[in-house]
Amino acid sequence: MKNLKYLFVGIFFGLALTKGEAISWYRIQEMFRFEAFHMYGIFMTAVPVGALSLFLIRKLNLKTVGGDPIDMPVKTYRHGVIIGSLIFGFGWALTGACPGPLYAQIGSGSLVTVVTLTAAILGTWSYAYLQKYLPD
Amino acid sequence: MDFLYKPWPWYVAGPLIGLTVPLLLLLGNKKLGISSTLRQICAACIPAHLPLLTYDWRRDSWNLVFALGLVIGGVLGGIVFANPNAVAISTSTVDYLKSQGLSDPHGLMPAELFNWSSLATMKGFIIMIAGGFLVGFGTRYARGCTSGHGILGLSALQWPSLVATASFFLGGILFSHFILPYIFAL
Repeated sequence: MKNLKYLFVGIFFGLALTKGEAISWYRIQEMFRFEAFHMYGIFMTAVPVGALSLFLIRKLNLKTVGGDPIDMPVKTYRHGVIIGSLIFGFGWALTGACPGPLYAQIGSGSLVTVVTLTAAILGTWSYAYLQKYLPD
Repeated sequence: MDFLYKPWPWYVAGPLIGLTVPLLLLLGNKKLGISSTLRQICAACIPAHLPLLTYDWRRDSWNLVFALGLVIGGVLGGIVFANPNAVAISTSTVDYLKSQGLSDPHGLMPAELFNWSSLATMKGFIIMIAGGFLVGFGTRYARGCTSGHGILGLSALQWPSLVATASFFLGGILFSHFILPYIFAL
């Protein structure tokens, strides 16, 4: 039950993604064809809001509601970041979905997306299996 | 109430999406990142002694609960408070998709591509199954997706996430312009 609060944050995030149409295959096609500002506007407002929040959390030395320290996310670079990201980009153009929207698409009534999600799980497993043969 | 049924403009949806970052941190020092859930499901079901899948996935079980929330958010936004009209994409995109043999947009997803019977066709197989596979393979290879790198990583000013996000877009842009037309033609 300690995880219940994350269910509500998930609902909030899923609702914003869905009502913002970021889960729409059409919006992703439009974005990659540079034919509207909509999706770029979402990124260009989401990131500054996230960045400002992180700045304030650090500046005010905020703790979690449970009193635990908050540490900042650190992402390390490997060449795999580029290779993997390009591969994901291909899949994004095909499915019109990144992992988050896959879940929201299923909820929004595109039940066949369960198959796409299953294929994504299989893709993740395949990467884990092939990892030692691939450049990192 | 009208606000709930209408699609939300980018300047409403974007900031709300961004607020997910501090909400997760303040509630429990959790880091936004959805592709991790795919890894967790693999680790829970078939770890197969693979280094990437042998870890205590239960410690991150909050993320699976979060993903369930995403499904419910989809139900609320796409069914309960569904926009009665089709997604209002630009007319140039509509014209382009029509030139590729698709109909006018209907809802959020083109049911003519995403349906059970088209799974058995080459076009449907490539779009849904091969596409999904690439999403799962690529995000794990990149150690993150649009949420973990694109929203959280960029918010934390992590340059590897900027490289990742630029590459997501580069891959998607190249694929949309040069490969997708051949797939639509199948």
